[in-house]
Amino acid sequence: MDLHRLEQRVVEAVNHPLWTLVRKEMTDHMKSFRFNILMGIILLTTLGSLYTALSTIRDAASSIEDADQWFLYLQMLTITDEEGTLYPFITFVSFLGPLLGIGMGFDAINSERNKNTLIRMMSQPIPRDSIILAKFLAALIIISVFIFFLGFLVIGLGLMFMGIPPSFGEFIRVTAYLVMIMIYISFWLSLSILFSIRFKQAATSALAGIAVWLFFTVFYTIIVNLIVNASMPDQLFQTVENQQQNQELLTSLMRISPNYLFSEITMVLLTPSFRPLGPISMEQMVGYVPSPLDLIQSLTMIWPQVMGILAAALVCFAISYLIFMRQEIRS
Amino acid sequence: MTTMIELKNVSKQYKEVKAVDRLNLKIKKGEIFGLLGPNGAGKSTTIHMLLGLTEPTEGEVYVGGIHATTRPIEVKKRVGFLPDDVGFYEDMTGLENLLLTARLNGLKEDMAKERALSLLKQVGLEDAANKKAGEYSRGMRQRLGLADVLMKDPEVVILDEPTLGIDPKGIQEFLKMIRTLSKEKKLTVLLSSHQLHQVQQICDRVGLFVKGKLLAQGDMESLQKQLFDDYSVQYKVEIGTTSQNPEEELNKIPGVQSVVPQSDGTYIIDLKQADNGELARFIIEKGYRLFSLEKVSYGLNEIYQRYFQGGETLGSS
Repeated sequence: MDLHRLEQRVVEAVNHPLWTLVRKEMTDHMKSFRFNILMGIILLTTLGSLYTALSTIRDAASSIEDADQWFLYLQMLTITDEEGTLYPFITFVSFLGPLLGIGMGFDAINSERNKNTLIRMMSQPIPRDSIILAKFLAALIIISVFIFFLGFLVIGLGLMFMGIPPSFGEFIRVTAYLVMIMIYISFWLSLSILFSIRFKQAATSALAGIAVWLFFTVFYTIIVNLIVNASMPDQLFQTVENQQQNQELLTSLMRISPNYLFSEITMVLLTPSFRPLGPISMEQMVGYVPSPLDLIQSLTMIWPQVMGILAAALVCFAISYLIFMRQEIRS
Repeated sequence: MTTMIELKNVSKQYKEVKAVDRLNLKIKKGEIFGLLGPNGAGKSTTIHMLLGLTEPTEGEVYVGGIHATTRPIEVKKRVGFLPDDVGFYEDMTGLENLLLTARLNGLKEDMAKERALSLLKQVGLEDAANKKAGEYSRGMRQRLGLADVLMKDPEVVILDEPTLGIDPKGIQEFLKMIRTLSKEKKLTVLLSSHQLHQVQQICDRVGLFVKGKLLAQGDMESLQKQLFDDYSVQYKVEIGTTSQNPEEELNKIPGVQSVVPQSDGTYIIDLKQADNGELARFIIEKGYRLFSLEKVSYGLNEIYQRYFQGGETLGSS
C-alpha cells in the first residue's frame, strides 16, 4: 500500500510541469547566443591557462622531491608561468564564474514580463513558484554540465600530455572544487534572478548584478582595509595582541564577501600544503611540520565557507521567491 | 442553466485606488458575457481575480464552483485566458508554443500535436504553424492566442480586450471565430472590451463597468431600458422671453426634474416621462416664444459616452 503511494508520488514528481519548464529553459539557453558566447570565452581561457600550466609544470614538478607531494593536477589548475603573464585556471574561474551566473539570470523574469509571456505562463495550471524555480534549475544544470566538462577536460588533457594518472585524492579534490564552483556560481545566479524580478528593465538588472560583482571584487577589499586602519590609528606601536585583533577583524570582515570565501575554499582545496586560514602566531608555529593536509581535513576546514556561500544563495532565492509570489501581474 | 462564474461582493483596493468596488456578477454556462468599460475601469483586475492571479481585498470569487483565490490551479485547469497583448516565445514556432502549453496542462504528446494542428487550422494559421512566433503579425498572434487558450480544452474562456490593435477586417473575423467556437464547444465566454459595437455584435449579455462598479447588466435591449429609466428624458428648448427669470417658470412644468440654462441661452429640461406635446403647450401658454424644441436622445452610444467620461482619469493609474 505504502509502496504504491510512493510510486504515485514519484510519478507525480516526474510528471510535474516544473520539468517541462526546466526543459524549455534549457533548450532556450543552449540555443541562445549569450550562453554560447559565455561558453566560448570560458572555454578559450581554460585552454589558454592549460597551455601555460602544461608548459611550466615540468619545472614545477622537478623542484618537488617527494612524489607524494606532487599534486600535479592541482598544480595544473593553480600554476602560472614565470613572468605571470597568463593567469591560472582558478583565477579565470573566480573572475568569469560570477559573470556566467549573472549572464544566465539577469533577464530571467523581466524579459518574460516585457514580452507578455509571463502572464500567459501564469494562467496555466502550474504553481507560481515553478516558474522561478525552473529558471534557476535550468541555468544551474547547464552551468554544472559545462563546469564538469571543463574540469574533466583539464584532467583528460593532463593525462594525455603528462602520462601520469591523477591520484584518487587529487581526483576527489578536483571534483570537490568543481562542486564548489557550482555553488559559487549558483549564488550569483540567484542574485541575478532576484534582480531580474525586482527590476523591470533587463539592462538595469544586468548592471545591478555587475555592480555587486565589481563591488566585491574591487572595492570591498579597499573599504575593509580602510575600516581596519581607521579602527587602529596608531600603526607604529602596536602590541602583538593588537596586531592579531586587527588581522582577525580584517578576516572576519572580508568573509562577508562571497568572493573571499570562495578564494579561501579554492586555496584550501587546491593547495593542500597551504595550512592556515588567517593569522598565525609564532607560538603556534612551534613544532609545525610542513606536510600537506589530507582530504578530510581540507573539507572540514572549508565547511563554514561552503555553508556561507550556500546560505547567501539561499537567502537571495528566498527573497526572490517572496517578491515574486506577492508581485502584482498588472503590466 | 448552472452558474459558471460567480463574483460575490468583490472589492479590490490598490494603494489609493479602489479598482473594483463590491462587484456582484453571475455568468451562466454557455453564455457570452461582455464586460464593457473604459480603460482603467477595473476590467483587467476583475479578470485577474477570476484566474486567481490577484487576490481580492474582499469578497469571494467562484469559477465552476471552485474558489478562485484559494485553489487557483484547479481554476486554471478549466479556464483559458487570453491577455490583452498576448506574448509568445519568439524563437519557438507557433506549433511549438502550443505544444508547450499542452505539456504544461499535462496533455499526452501525440494527442497534443493532433489538437494543436486542428486548432491551428480552425484559427486559419495552418500555413504559419512552423513559422517562428516572432515573425507573426499582431492579428496572427491574437489568433494563435485563441488557439493557445483552447489547447487545454477549457470550460470557460476569458478574453481581455481581444480585438485591441487588429485591423477592422481582422476584428470581424476574430469575433466570428469566437462566436462559432463558443457555440460549437459550448463554452462560457467572458470578454472585456471598451468597444461598444463589438460587444454588441457577439455578446448575449453585457455588463457596463465603470470605476470599479457594475452600473447595469443584461442583454442589449434591457440594458438600454435600464439606462433610459435611470436617466430621464431630456429636451433642449430655445425660447424668447421678456421675463426676468424664465428658469423659475419652467420649473413649474408638470413632471419636470431639472432645468439647466446653457451658455448659448437654451435650456436643458429633464422630464420624468417622454413628452407628448405638453412641453410646447406649456411654454406657449406662458407667453414665451418657442424657437426650437429638440429631444436630446440617449442611444447606447451617448450613454456610453456619458458614463465613461472621466474614466480616463482612473485609467492613468
